[in-house]
Amino acid sequence: MRVPYTWLAELAELPAGTSAQSLAPILTDAGLQVEKIEDPAAAISGPVVVGKVLDFVDEPQKNGKIIRWCHVDVGDFNPSGENARGIICGAHNFEAGDYVCVALSGTVLPGGFAIAARKTYGHISDGMICAEDELGLGEDHTGIIVLPREPAPVVGSDALALLGARDAVYEIDVTPDEGYCLSMRGIAREAAQLAGGKFTDPYGSLVPADSGSGYPVVLESEDCPLFVGVRVHGVDPNAPSPDWMKKRLAQVGMRSISCLVDITNYVMMESGQPLHAYDATTLHGPIRVRKAHLAERLTTLDHQDRALSEEDLLITDDSGPIGLAGVMGGLTTELAPTTTEIFIEAAWFAPATIGRTYRRHRLPSEASKRFERGVDMGVAYAAALRCAELLRDLAGGTIDEAVTVAGEVAPMAAQTIPVDLPARILGVDVPADKVIEILTASGVEVTSGPYSADNVQILTLTPPTWRRDLVDPYDYVEEVGRKLGFRSIVGRVPVAPLGHGYTWEQKSRRLALNAVAGAGFVELITLPFLADVDLDKLGLADDDPRRAVVTLANPLSDAQPYLRTTLLPGLFAAVNRNTSRSIDSVALFECGSVFRANDLGPEIMPAVSHRPSDEEIEKVFTTLPDQPRHLAAVVAGDWLPSRWDGKAVRASWEHVVGCAQVAAAAVGMTLSRRVAQQVPWHPGRCAELGFVVDEAWVSLGFAGELHPSVIDAWGLPKRACAMELDFDALLALAPHTGQIRPLSTHPATKQDVALIVDASVASADVQAALVEGAGDLLESIALFDIYVGAQVGEGKKSLAYNLVFRAPDRTLTEDEASAARDSAVAVAATRYGAVMRTA
Amino acid sequence: MVAEAVRAFGAATTTEELRVAKGEHAGENSPIALANRGIGKMAPQERKVAGAEIGAARAAINAALATRVAELEAVELQARLKDEAVDMTLPVVLQPQGALHPITALFHEMSDVFVAMGWEIEEGPEAEAEWLNFDSLNFTPDHPARFLSDTLFLDPPEDHKLMRTQTSPVQMRSLLTRGVPLYIVSPGKVYRADEYDATHLPVFHQLEGLAVDKGLGMADLKGTLDHLAQAMFGAGVNTRLRPHYFPFTEPSAEMDLECFVCHGESVGNPERPCRTCKSEGWIEWGGCGVVNPRVLAAAGIDTDIYSGFAFGMGVDRTVMFRNDASDLRDFAEGDIRFARQLVGGAR
Repeated sequence: MRVPYTWLAELAELPAGTSAQSLAPILTDAGLQVEKIEDPAAAISGPVVVGKVLDFVDEPQKNGKIIRWCHVDVGDFNPSGENARGIICGAHNFEAGDYVCVALSGTVLPGGFAIAARKTYGHISDGMICAEDELGLGEDHTGIIVLPREPAPVVGSDALALLGARDAVYEIDVTPDEGYCLSMRGIAREAAQLAGGKFTDPYGSLVPADSGSGYPVVLESEDCPLFVGVRVHGVDPNAPSPDWMKKRLAQVGMRSISCLVDITNYVMMESGQPLHAYDATTLHGPIRVRKAHLAERLTTLDHQDRALSEEDLLITDDSGPIGLAGVMGGLTTELAPTTTEIFIEAAWFAPATIGRTYRRHRLPSEASKRFERGVDMGVAYAAALRCAELLRDLAGGTIDEAVTVAGEVAPMAAQTIPVDLPARILGVDVPADKVIEILTASGVEVTSGPYSADNVQILTLTPPTWRRDLVDPYDYVEEVGRKLGFRSIVGRVPVAPLGHGYTWEQKSRRLALNAVAGAGFVELITLPFLADVDLDKLGLADDDPRRAVVTLANPLSDAQPYLRTTLLPGLFAAVNRNTSRSIDSVALFECGSVFRANDLGPEIMPAVSHRPSDEEIEKVFTTLPDQPRHLAAVVAGDWLPSRWDGKAVRASWEHVVGCAQVAAAAVGMTLSRRVAQQVPWHPGRCAELGFVVDEAWVSLGFAGELHPSVIDAWGLPKRACAMELDFDALLALAPHTGQIRPLSTHPATKQDVALIVDASVASADVQAALVEGAGDLLESIALFDIYVGAQVGEGKKSLAYNLVFRAPDRTLTEDEASAARDSAVAVAATRYGAVMRTA
Repeated sequence: MVAEAVRAFGAATTTEELRVAKGEHAGENSPIALANRGIGKMAPQERKVAGAEIGAARAAINAALATRVAELEAVELQARLKDEAVDMTLPVVLQPQGALHPITALFHEMSDVFVAMGWEIEEGPEAEAEWLNFDSLNFTPDHPARFLSDTLFLDPPEDHKLMRTQTSPVQMRSLLTRGVPLYIVSPGKVYRADEYDATHLPVFHQLEGLAVDKGLGMADLKGTLDHLAQAMFGAGVNTRLRPHYFPFTEPSAEMDLECFVCHGESVGNPERPCRTCKSEGWIEWGGCGVVNPRVLAAAGIDTDIYSGFAFGMGVDRTVMFRNDASDLRDFAEGDIRFARQLVGGAR
């Protein structure tokens, strides 16, 4: 809401010394946030006065420009004994006799531009004739400002005042509950109360009973409980809008259209009551306010023929719809350039209905916005009357004394509060009489009632018609708080019951994220949206579960209508962003939700007046898509750059497997791996990550080098590798406690063994067989060499392991260790045909 | 004999030369060893005298040898240590530089403040029930936030599922499942049908708090926010509340953070501009208020006994003003240089 300060000060009697600058923080503190004060004149110091150009000479210059050497009469500011100042001007959009704005020597214009008499183009230029932009009043620099000749301004008078630049304009952010402050009257009332001034409502006339002789209006929908109509006869359609009105409308951001329209807008801005003016001669029969019928149509003022919804509230007459109530009038009853008979409508329409209608027809307006926030029902008559009086005074009409009042002002609902409620909820010491004083000043009718059981006085409160926001007890608490000022609240820290700290899952996740970051990966948080093309570029089959996407009804971009089912596309896009910025080596990860569609049907919408049933709560919680948290990582380029102490280390599958291992280890898990084939990985370089639970394999995800065709499709660096696992599933398997066994102090016995197996046998399987066969004496096992070549034969490989044996209670003999080793090899031999390699 | 040996040991300049000298003067065939062996052939009465002399001479030779060994070893150790010196300023790279995202790091830090106060952390799903995101939080059926222009709905919208626009549905979940008294904060990702530009992201992060207990009100809210501000930004940094409107709180307030850089000294002082608060002295930080009793009622909580307060702030925006970040797109685009700048958390 744009609020000119002078208009505000005209409606509210503010304490002496109040200024636009001093009032603004008072309004802000009470929730009427002054976001901006437009005060162009404040940026100018020194006089800018009205001057009259007496004569000028155009003087061509060597550079091709023509400058004007002018004599400008600035009245009292003329040099003593002379009738004008000499000023050089580069603009040509004026004539002798024009009135212009002259910045005198000593004036500083916006941007620190100081004016001084100086010699230029062979003359002493004693001041400057100003353009709009130079005064900070606009963008225009096509020429200087030429003031209107009628009425003739006084030379030497303040040009800024004449231009309206001396009037500060607030831009106030009015919150949705304060619809009454979408009016000058509402803001003025608040300002007077807050600043300690006085306010007398210029719209104080109450809605009278219907005289019965006004234009017939029938209300057929409960969405319109009140309709006031006033007729004005014989107006001059060509009457001009007065300058003061045009200026104020411009200040609040409305265009001047015609005197008749300007008056309705002016009264709306002042009173908060939207008004509609009909050409009364175009009305046929009684006006009926009703909901639209099926398939009904209306051509609105903007010449759009609109199909109406049965929810639209209409103004109709015998000819059919003549207006979309509260949103836009119809074309047939529009004010014409010849209109002399006017019917003014000031009605109250249900906020939700108006909101739905203007959105349905995409017709937001100052009027519909006010109806949606809730208009003061009590102001309808006064606003209509004020509008009629302005038509009489400015356009020469006569007011028909027969006024229509259909319906009546609905009484405001009363509420009771214990008088100490504001003090308790605000945490501020507010005595009962202060509560009553504030609420009374806010227009609330306060009745001190009986005392409650615990001896607290109960107040019965009835809000004024303009305070539709005062409904619940806490609304009154806020009103008291706003008027006291939240600055009076002194903080105190509540003592929470003993907490349990982070949950196990929260601790585990933090450990894992820190570990992965500590292992060299950079965390990303990418946008979680996907397109079909992303899934295609991964090479997913039609029945891949990652195609079970959740679709957005209104995606931010039609190009990405789905929620992600995998973190990989987001990370791939990030890799490309890095490489496009010459960052060719990346190791990055993300931990976030993915979304899987399921077929659980619609959510329910229980009533909010009470706690839903346990069944309803269960239903609300469990009807959503599956959204497990995943962990994914991608490496590309070099893991380590070429260094003084070593060559570059290429990023490889080991690094993404390592990432998964580090995350799992952080939550107390040792991940298992098995050879697997999974899109989008290289079929020969892909491992399935998992864990054996009760001898059953539980899959958690995959890691490895990406398929070359996927790398090509995404334009990723060659040999890029990726890992993705279900982090929630990992946590579900992780142990909540670890076990510490006694440490054996007896010496260890080391044995090496090399086994020849088929090249296709997975090393992890061989190792598992050795571990199984070696029994409890095996302390550790490490693969220290792999050999492929003639010595072991075609299609074979040799795996060399270092085994460390140790007993808890004695020193092992060499024979015991050898026996354990032999039984380890025996299991590998039986299971995988492993043969001991002899030197 | 002793003098010769001492001279020879002294002449040795390396441990190798000393080894040779040791052989000559203290070895098996050295004069002293020969003399020692000669003792056995002496007459018993001579033996005692000679034995004592030779013993003394051997001791003197061995002592001289030991001294010289120590001297030479010390010299050689010094020489070796000098030789072994390396440029300890060479770059050391064990692994690439990893980093948490500044949002994650700040979530951790802010959560720590509340956990230290006995509060607990609650999280919830990002694809959420409309009832939890709106209805139960006292948004009217026609509230503009529900429009497709503001909120991302799952298809079809009639199924009443959406991407949560705030982490407040977690509060309602906690009220329903945990009951009161309740002191929780919920960090998480939220979604709006918003622009994607330097100052707006359609997916961003919030930390919201909720306390419901007997006798809580605005003063408790103010105290809690002041404590958070001071824990994060230093002693003396306070918050300011300005009345505002939210459906789920009443009274509602906007919360400003006192500028932790200039502490207001830049206001009206062109000599000392402050880019953190744009010379306004305060930074808009979030919204807050007393929980609207209608919200508690929807969770079945007795509003005659319990009251509470709630607050929420944008964590992306907090990183922005706290760490001078200028472009929100950097938060989501994944340039690895972004997070690496704040290694060790959002310091």
